[in-house]
Amino acid sequence: MSAEAGQQHPLGIYLKIWLLLFFLSALSYMVDYLEFQGYLRWTLIIIFMLLKAGFIVAIFMHVMWERMALILTILGPPVALLFLIGFMAVEGDYTFGARVEYFGMDPNAEPMPVIHGEAH
Amino acid sequence: MSHSEAAASAIPREGLPGLVDDWSSDKQTYHVPWGKAMMWIFLVSDTFIFSCFLVGYMTVRMSTAEPWPLPTDVFALSFFGGEPIPLILIAIMTFILITSSGTMALAVNYGYRKDKRMAAILMLVTAAFGASFVGMQAFEWSKLISEGVRPWENPWGAPQFGSVFFMVTGFHGLHVTAGVIYLGIVARKVARGDYDKKGYEIVEITGLYWHFVDLVWVFIFAFFYLW
Repeated sequence: MSAEAGQQHPLGIYLKIWLLLFFLSALSYMVDYLEFQGYLRWTLIIIFMLLKAGFIVAIFMHVMWERMALILTILGPPVALLFLIGFMAVEGDYTFGARVEYFGMDPNAEPMPVIHGEAH
Repeated sequence: MSHSEAAASAIPREGLPGLVDDWSSDKQTYHVPWGKAMMWIFLVSDTFIFSCFLVGYMTVRMSTAEPWPLPTDVFALSFFGGEPIPLILIAIMTFILITSSGTMALAVNYGYRKDKRMAAILMLVTAAFGASFVGMQAFEWSKLISEGVRPWENPWGAPQFGSVFFMVTGFHGLHVTAGVIYLGIVARKVARGDYDKKGYEIVEITGLYWHFVDLVWVFIFAFFYLW
């Protein structure tokens, strides 16, 4: 479709994606509510996050109907961020190891319990 | 040769051949209104700002040897003296933002139908959802501050928790606030009929910004609140 005519699409698709986003949000909240832990938790969080982000960008922001020149301008540069994430993960892991090794910090320490309303 | 060029300009090719066509032959590359192209450039740069914040958060959370406070307990809330429900306010805020994205998408649709009354009403509904989101965030902030969370310390664990919380949610809240003002201004101009001749791309451009704010929240919700 010509982009100059504007992005005009049937209402139905927006309503369906809207419902889907609600459903996916409910699922990602259930990950916390049902207290999934470890790799299952992280995998589910990432899957629901990417699905939600994908539908928002593709449908609500109309990227799937844009021309390839604009799509690559939008989605291309952020790919560089994957390298930043990778480098900083390595760096953070190294710093953590050094703190445990040389400062004698306990890597398995538990946070203090949260008691609401005590400071009021 | 000239014949095929004429045919190519008449029917723009799609996909990768279209990419080559758009970038070659010394003409305008992006076939969208300039305001929309500029909004996309801004949103891509904003993506990098938020990404730097989230990557910084990842780095401090991975590198701290102190225990990270459990968001599921920190953001739990009890209603009417009952048992605390984990993360409930954040879940409600998420649903409010998704709802506002839906009304915004409908506003864009009605704008292109030249139904300026419905477009303006839906934009104001979107702005109202956005304002209630900021209100809940203000509640969340004051609750955490009263419990002793500061950018440099908190009662539960790693002090970086507070600095990341205030910086990331604060910057996002600032975006929502700006979006509410932006929506209000454009809705007024739409209702007044300022765009009758120019066309209603402005509603879509405003919508791009609003959906982006929702998009950023998806990542904050996943990485800060759920992780």
